[in-house]
Amino acid sequence: MSRLHIDWTACEGRGACAELLPELLYRDEWGYPLSREREPQIPAPLEGHARRAVRDCPRLALRLVDS
Amino acid sequence: MTTLVDSRERLFTAGPDLGSHLRRHGPLPWQGGPHRLIAAVEAAGLTGRGGAGFPTWRKLNAVAAGEKPVVIANGAEGEPASAKDRTLLHRAPHLVLDGLQLAAECVGATRAYVYVPAGPAADAVRHALAQRRAARVDRIGVDVVVAADRFVAGEASAVVSAVEGRAPVPRDKVRRIAESGVRGRPTLVQNVETLAHLALIARHGPAWFRSRGTAEEPGTFLATVSGAVAAPGVYELSYGVPVDEALARAGGPTVPLQALLLGGYHGAWLPAQAGAAPLSRAGLRPWGASPGAGILVALPADRCGLVESARIATYLGAQTAGQCGPCVNGLPRLADTLHRLAQGPVHPGLPAEVARLSALVDGRGACKHPDGTVRFIRSSMAAFAPEIGIHLAGNCSYRRGSR
Repeated sequence: MSRLHIDWTACEGRGACAELLPELLYRDEWGYPLSREREPQIPAPLEGHARRAVRDCPRLALRLVDS
Repeated sequence: MTTLVDSRERLFTAGPDLGSHLRRHGPLPWQGGPHRLIAAVEAAGLTGRGGAGFPTWRKLNAVAAGEKPVVIANGAEGEPASAKDRTLLHRAPHLVLDGLQLAAECVGATRAYVYVPAGPAADAVRHALAQRRAARVDRIGVDVVVAADRFVAGEASAVVSAVEGRAPVPRDKVRRIAESGVRGRPTLVQNVETLAHLALIARHGPAWFRSRGTAEEPGTFLATVSGAVAAPGVYELSYGVPVDEALARAGGPTVPLQALLLGGYHGAWLPAQAGAAPLSRAGLRPWGASPGAGILVALPADRCGLVESARIATYLGAQTAGQCGPCVNGLPRLADTLHRLAQGPVHPGLPAEVARLSALVDGRGACKHPDGTVRFIRSSMAAFAPEIGIHLAGNCSYRRGSR
C-alpha cells in the first residue's frame, strides 16, 4: 500500500486533488488539501484515482510513496 | 600569567587561536580511514546538539554509505534565545573545525563547509581557517557559507539549499539529506557543538565522554540562559543537572520567577516551582518539555505569560519561509488569535480557535516550523491557563489598575 505525499512548498491549493480524491482529501479554509492523516494511506480501490491526482496536479505537488 | 579555567568545562578550555588550541588539546587525532570513528561515537552516546538530539553515529553511518559525501558544520543558530553556537565558534573555532575534519574523514567526504551568520563568529572561523591553512592542519578544504538571519535558516534542508547557492529555505524531503543533499550527494549536516564534542571523543574516548551527564544522555551541553537572571550567557552543563543549577550558574534569578521557557521558541514552558527537574530529555518529558538546543529563558513573576507567549508567537508567525500554505496562512492567524487573548479585544471563543488552528497547521509543512510553533502555543495555553480565564473576563493579573 502507498501513501500520498504532499510537497507543501509546491502546493498552491488549486484543489484538483480534493476533487479527484474526495474520499481522502478535502480543502482547508485557504484551499489547501487536508486529510485525516498527514500522509494518507491509499486504499487499493482508490489507487487509480490517486495516480490520476498525482498526474493532474497543476503544481506537480503530489507523489505516491511506499508506506 | 595564571588563567582561571572552570574545571567543569570541556569546550572552552583553550583560547581561540591555533597555538593555544594545540597546546591544550594536542594535534588533530586522525583515525586512519573512514568509518573508524563511528564505533567510538556510538559508544559515547553523542547526540546532535542542534535541538533534535538525533544519535550522531547513525547519521555518520548513513552518510558514510554513500558516494562522495559532503559535510557541513551548521552554526546558523536562527533561534533568538540561543547564543551558544556563535559563542563556541568565537571562543573555540578549532575544536569545531577539528570535528569537521574528523567527520569528513569518517564519512569519506571530499567537500566541507561551515555555515555561519555574518559577524564575529564568521570572522573567527575565517581567521581560524587561515591559521590552519598556514600550519597545514586540514586534509580537505573548508568553505565558509554565510547564513541568513532568519529562524528557519538552520533547518537541515535550508542549510543544503544555502550551500548550493539557493535561497536558504527548507525544501520538500522525499529522500533523506544523508542520502541526497548538496547537489544530490550524501550530506552530513551537523551542529557545530556536536562536532566540537566529536573532536574531544576522538581524543579522549567514549568512557571519558560518559563521565559527565546521565547514562541515557551522556556528556555536557552548552546552555544559553537568559531572561531574569543576574549573568545571562552561555554555560556548559552536564545533562541531568537540575534546572535550578543552570539558573545558579547564570548568577541566579534577579526577581522571583513565574516560569521557564525551555528549548527555545519551539520549546515549552516549565513552572518555576519545577526547578528540581533534571535538564535532560527524560527529566523534562513529564512537563512536555525538552532541553532542545540548551535554551532557558527565565520569565519574571510580574510579567504576563500570555503577553510574552503572544510576542513569541507573533515572531514565529513572521518567520514563516513563505512557502507552505498552511504555515503562511495559519501561523499569523494563530499568532493574531493569541495576541487578542493577551491584549484584547477578547471573545469567549478565542481559546477554542487557538486549539482549532493549532490542529489545522500541525504537521502540514516541508519543515517542522509549524509543528514547533504549535508545540510552543499549546504549552503556553496550558502553562497560563488560569490567566486565560482572567483575560477572558477583561482583566490581566499583571496590568496595573486591573483586578
